[in-house]
Amino acid sequence: MSNLLNSLLVIVLMLNLFALGTSRIASVIRTVAMQGALLGALPLLLHGHASSGAVLAAALTIALKGVVIPGMMTRALRDVKIKREVEPLIGFQASVILGALGTVCALLFAGRLPLAAQHAGTLMVPTAVATVLTGFILLITRFKALTQVMGYLVLENGIYIFGMLLVEAMPLVVEMGVLLDLFVAIFVICIIVNRINQAFSSLDTRRLASLKE
Amino acid sequence: MAAMNGMVAVLVAALLMGMSGVAGYLFPSRSAYGQRVAAVLLTCGSAVGLSACLLSFAGHWRMTPCVSEAAWALPGCRFAVGVDALSAVFLVPVFVLPALGAWYGLGYWRAASHPANARRLGAAYGVLAGAMALVVIARDGVLFLIAWEIMALAAYFAATVEDDRKEVRRAGWIYLVATHAGTLCLLAFFAGWRRATGSFLLDAAPGMQAAPAGPLFVLALVGFGFKAGLMPAHVWLPGAHANAPSHVSAVMSGVMLKMGVYGIVRAVALLPVGEVWWGGALLAVGAVSCVGGIAFAIGQRDVKRLLAYSSIENIGIISLGLGLALTGRAEGRGDWVALGLCGALLHVWNHGLFKGLLFLNAGALIHAAGTRDMEAMGGLGKRAPRMMALFAVGAVSICALPPFNGFVGEWLLYAGFFRAAAEGAGELPAVSLAAVALAMTGALAVACFVNMLGRVYLGAPRSETCRHMHEPGAAMFWPMVLLAVGCAGVGLFPAAVMMPLEAAAAQWGSDGVALPGMAHALPFSRLATASCALALLAAALAFLLNRAARARGVRVGLTWDCGYARPTARMQYSASSFGDSAVNLAAFLLWPRRCRTALRGLFPRASSFKGLVPDTILDRLLLPAFRAADRFLPRLRVMQQGRTHVYVFYILAIMIVLLLWGGTGSH
Amino acid sequence: MFETLFHIAVLLLAPPLLPGVIAKTKAWFAGRDGPPLLQPYYDIAKCLRRGWVISETTTWIFWAGPVVTLAATLLAGLMVPLGRADAPIAFTGDLILFAYLFGLARFFTTSAALDTGSAFEGMGAAREVTFACLSEPALFFAFLVLAKISGAFSLTPMLHAPATAFSAGIAAPLMLILIGLFIVLLAETCRIPVDDPNTHLELTMIHEAMVLDHSGPLFGIILYAAAMKMLVLGTVVLQVLVPFLPGREMLRGPFFLILLMALAVVIGVVESVMARLKMRHVPYLLVGAMLFCGFGFILLIR
Repeated sequence: MSNLLNSLLVIVLMLNLFALGTSRIASVIRTVAMQGALLGALPLLLHGHASSGAVLAAALTIALKGVVIPGMMTRALRDVKIKREVEPLIGFQASVILGALGTVCALLFAGRLPLAAQHAGTLMVPTAVATVLTGFILLITRFKALTQVMGYLVLENGIYIFGMLLVEAMPLVVEMGVLLDLFVAIFVICIIVNRINQAFSSLDTRRLASLKE
Repeated sequence: MAAMNGMVAVLVAALLMGMSGVAGYLFPSRSAYGQRVAAVLLTCGSAVGLSACLLSFAGHWRMTPCVSEAAWALPGCRFAVGVDALSAVFLVPVFVLPALGAWYGLGYWRAASHPANARRLGAAYGVLAGAMALVVIARDGVLFLIAWEIMALAAYFAATVEDDRKEVRRAGWIYLVATHAGTLCLLAFFAGWRRATGSFLLDAAPGMQAAPAGPLFVLALVGFGFKAGLMPAHVWLPGAHANAPSHVSAVMSGVMLKMGVYGIVRAVALLPVGEVWWGGALLAVGAVSCVGGIAFAIGQRDVKRLLAYSSIENIGIISLGLGLALTGRAEGRGDWVALGLCGALLHVWNHGLFKGLLFLNAGALIHAAGTRDMEAMGGLGKRAPRMMALFAVGAVSICALPPFNGFVGEWLLYAGFFRAAAEGAGELPAVSLAAVALAMTGALAVACFVNMLGRVYLGAPRSETCRHMHEPGAAMFWPMVLLAVGCAGVGLFPAAVMMPLEAAAAQWGSDGVALPGMAHALPFSRLATASCALALLAAALAFLLNRAARARGVRVGLTWDCGYARPTARMQYSASSFGDSAVNLAAFLLWPRRCRTALRGLFPRASSFKGLVPDTILDRLLLPAFRAADRFLPRLRVMQQGRTHVYVFYILAIMIVLLLWGGTGSH
Repeated sequence: MFETLFHIAVLLLAPPLLPGVIAKTKAWFAGRDGPPLLQPYYDIAKCLRRGWVISETTTWIFWAGPVVTLAATLLAGLMVPLGRADAPIAFTGDLILFAYLFGLARFFTTSAALDTGSAFEGMGAAREVTFACLSEPALFFAFLVLAKISGAFSLTPMLHAPATAFSAGIAAPLMLILIGLFIVLLAETCRIPVDDPNTHLELTMIHEAMVLDHSGPLFGIILYAAAMKMLVLGTVVLQVLVPFLPGREMLRGPFFLILLMALAVVIGVVESVMARLKMRHVPYLLVGAMLFCGFGFILLIR
């Protein structure tokens, strides 16, 4: 079982690096969608036994993170008519290298933590840390609002992996709450993206600094 | 069972009072019915609560407190409420003053003349009364804090109803800052309490060590001191009381300040028996508040600011009593505890009575005369003799002069201090230096209130603004009469009120210290006889003189004034002039500002003199400090780039630091 | 019983004798014959016979001033022990009532002064209340010392204690509070160096200024009450002085009266040899009194 888990987590790590390296916004959206769906299905794949709550949760997660949210983002993308990210703060190749470095550090760091026995051999903690780090890098270094939202989604994925460490299956209510949170946040941001574009004639969030008093 | 019913009654009363103002919103904004319904609801709630308190005094649950707990929505704490002898004592002002103020408000703040904010005022007023009742009965730290915040915010909304005026907004702002500074300390106190005892429940924890008790006491003193108005945390009081509607000022001064006092008393009851320096700290703070408060009061021109500073003085007196009680508790002297605490609690009641009377009187004055400035008033006693009589009662009471109630409270305190002087060993008689501070306060209070009586009601009118002075209507008049009767009653029959206070003191100081009954300590009956004798003697003399004058006939003429042919009203001593000598005495504390146009030449033009006493701590210490911070802190603005990237970077940086610290620290 | 009657008789009849003695002493110092010893009695009787003239600016407070002053001073007088006898009214805590009765009198006197709407009376009232702020603490320090010596909280045992419980240890504090109490006596009864009872300059008056507009029977009552206040406060001073006099066991009834007259002579001497202080120096004098009494207390508790 842990082999399957580790393989899936390696796929997640690869997806992180891919999201860091691409400049086309549509492909970032697809990458993050795939990552979210994979992580939603992970508990089911691992444990096999399918309590109705777990199935419901997994289905909802996949639906939301894999279909609905990317759909909303794609529609927002179409409305603002941009295709590519501008040159980020540290360049795309540099971002990938930074992400890789971050993953290595996460691996090293996780080795020093006093983990419970069942988690010590798996890649869960390093993946979680690395995903969170990737999310942060996206948030800090990208200038278009949509890409920053992608960074936020990756951050959420990383925290979700951390959550999986603590409980085998999250209580349904908590799961619903988190998903609802996510849904509402993205919904609002899609609306705002349009407004930002109208107000500043671009999605560059550096322009927002002019709002500062 | 009766005790349970009593507590349910108190809860129902709190709820009724809290919701009373909401009824006003069911009626249109100019209708008087909404206000009347609210007043009736508030009175019903007060009546229920007051009868529960009186029944408790009559003997039902004197010593055994009744506490009930229930789990509720918030985790980690419980909905625990309880009434014991101490709470009952503090509940009495909560159930008396707001009800009287609500009826007063029917005449003072008519919905027809204040359509924009009458309903808001009624709602906030009701919530304030209900929250105060809940504060006194709360037995869980979190519930206490919730009720405390509701009370503070309700008071804010009630006090700043006229928020179209700039000084009202400013006063409200200062009040908010001060009350939240206090709440911050209280948060720390309750957190420390939970750490020390393991739960938020406010039951006395006998096993608590001395180590956390000292800092907890300081936190409680500072936190509750902000609300009580002890110097130097009094900076919000003058502005808030002066700019609030008068019945709200009466409730704030007569009841809300006492919530701070209740907090200190309850906190000390919960903590283990402390050291002598606790009592010493309270005595020092009390002495400074006493003398400082009344010294500032003498220099004021605004009638309500004067009364607000006088409230600070009275809180200082209560704090002196508490200091004596704490010292007695630390030293194991039961009689000091009894005298100090009974004196402080009696002063809590007395202050509610006479300060309520004075604020309501000031409100009627402002309502009729149209101004708050004492320099523009004068001679109003001729136009409104009943108001002057009520004010005279209030003034004599607040100066602690026999035969009214203020004297009895201070008598108890003096008894305690003199015992400390006579029987204390070692350094303890130094405690009785507080008696000297009390004496000076009494003399200054006489100066202050003679000033106010003379400026406002006596002499000749100083300006045209007081042309329409008239007696207040029935709604404003009868609450004042009730309070005046209360003042006289407690003064002439003090033994009647001592029993509940003794019970409260016995419950407070009951850890191993035996308290003597008040009947042993002081002869109230003889004091009452002496007071009645004084009143009768004065009345007899007055009657004889009146008879003689009528027989011989009285000729009325101008004031002789050493032969001035044409005296004018402007020649009278003004409030600034009268207070000038006293202000000079305390100039090191008050730092008065004098504005004078210079006289030049042999035939100078008209000159004027103006004396101002700004609040030293607020205007000369805190505001300049804040202004200096305002000049320095913008240098930190460099952190605020306005870009989200930078902010997220801050989050990441701190997260990495925490991870490294937590992760490596555990090895 | 007999002592109570004697006390009441002295309290009612003796007061006007004191200003008479003082006036005679001052006259003797100045080389004059001076008014008769019983002149104040004639003055009061004359005032009581006069007609009533009241200012139109005044209210009932104007009447309350003299009335309350007399009532309060009378009650206070019944609480001090004359000589070795007990006071007619004595209970635990009566000394606070004693001090605050004078405060009540002050309240109504100053209010009556402000009632007339005149500048001079306001001036006098302002000074009176300000000086009271300094003399009250001095009085209370003295009371604290007496309470510590006697261990009691009532005027009668406290004032008897210096004579009965005299020892070398308490001589110094007693001496200090004696000086302080004497200064307080001069201040409260408005004698030189605090206030000149014979001055005609309104700008420099304190007590005289406050009662400018009172005339006729009201003024008679004021004169009488002022003399009674001097008697009451003088008794307090004397009880503290007694231990330092030889033959203190003889201090009963009539001998106490003689001592009172002697005190009046001393006040007269002080008035004759000193000039009145500048108004802004009077607070220093009173602070001095407060310090004397305070040091007395500190000496006792150290």
